Amino acid sequence: MAKYAFFLGCIAPLRYPGLEKSTRVVCKKLGIDLVDLEDASCCPAPGVIKSFSKDTWLAAAARNLALAEKQGLPIITICNGCYGSLFEAAHELNNHPEVLAKANKFLKEIGMEYKGTTKVFHVAEVMYREVGVEGIKAKITKPLDYKVATFYGCHFLKPSDIKKIDCSENPHILDDLVEATGAVSVPRNQKTLCCGAGGGVRAAFGDVAKEFTKTNLENMKASGAQFIVDVCPFCHLQFDSSEKELGFNIPVIHLSQLFGIAMGMSEKELGLSAHLVPVKL
Amino acid sequence: MVNIEIKPNPEFEKQVADLGGAEVKMCFQCGTCTASCPSGRRTSYRVRKLMRQTQLGLKEVILGGEELWDCTTCYTCVERCPRAVPIVDVVVALRNMAVKEGHIYDNHKKTASNLYKLGHTVSVNAEITKLREELGLAKTPPTVLANKKAMEDLVKLMNATGFNKIME
Repeated sequence: MAKYAFFLGCIAPLRYPGLEKSTRVVCKKLGIDLVDLEDASCCPAPGVIKSFSKDTWLAAAARNLALAEKQGLPIITICNGCYGSLFEAAHELNNHPEVLAKANKFLKEIGMEYKGTTKVFHVAEVMYREVGVEGIKAKITKPLDYKVATFYGCHFLKPSDIKKIDCSENPHILDDLVEATGAVSVPRNQKTLCCGAGGGVRAAFGDVAKEFTKTNLENMKASGAQFIVDVCPFCHLQFDSSEKELGFNIPVIHLSQLFGIAMGMSEKELGLSAHLVPVKL
Repeated sequence: MVNIEIKPNPEFEKQVADLGGAEVKMCFQCGTCTASCPSGRRTSYRVRKLMRQTQLGLKEVILGGEELWDCTTCYTCVERCPRAVPIVDVVVALRNMAVKEGHIYDNHKKTASNLYKLGHTVSVNAEITKLREELGLAKTPPTVLANKKAMEDLVKLMNATGFNKIME
């Protein structure tokens, strides 16, 4: 059984705990063993914290990576932001001794050291590569007939030259994963358009962020999708919290929740009460 | 038409380079970035222009401008740049410089202060805590929120990097 240090991040545990819950349940069913990464902090957020101070971002990310290194486990995340931050920090730290030395100078202040060995994965990538579409199909107890709009977000696949998960212009892995449940991923325009929330734009210029979200929602509505399936709690929050104001009503669920539904989890167990757009199964 | 006097600015160039944006010099102004930029369709942000301004060392224009904060870091420009300019890295370098000069939005400061106080960028609320319990999850996530010593360490670490100065 593949074992990972489960990195929670911020928005899943503190806004949508159903995402955390369904990930725990679904991973167990799929044979992905999650061990809590205790004492971890925010990744820290790539858009805001990295934009303010690269040193702070690097040091705090190195602390999270060092905690996993101590457990001897690779990190698994359920958020594109966490994945982006930790993957990119690990990429810099693990491959550039001078960057690692700099981070360790800071970590020494709190009696820690990072050796540069932690690997970072996104849960969707692990499900696709380790369990595979056929492996997931074998665990589905309640096949779905939903029409869904898959939403990849940005930092799951990009920058693709270092992440090497899928083609960033015309990706398919999330569609393949979703269709393992029997659901149909419906095609739409501008499928890889950003949700608008990243880079601190949601916090500083909420109306600009909503302009991105609106285009996405228009395209999703035109496609006939009944659900939006995301792989990032931040995109999830951006859609879920903007739809009412923008005049849309398409329920938003994380990939783990979709699998949870198809594996027989109850509505209550999925934590759907935290969603602002009502989710009716 | 605004005339801006352009003088060599080696200090600015070095700062950008030290923060990871050295490759901005590779930009040959094809404009693929601006054509690809979803923010540029919705705001006055123009990636190509920002890259050129950076090459020219127009520090005040760049660091004091709102456009610098319109990038959502979606990486579409980076994926398509024929010169492999790490555009988002350049943007982040410029933003670090802007913050150092005191250009920071109140809402960004609020997010940063959450990290400083809680170790997370969002606050804890009672309704979600209750839902966590109903779901059979730990009432408090097993992160720095559940360990005072770990939180103190995180603050100490952030202070060592000068984050407290940003928060002032």
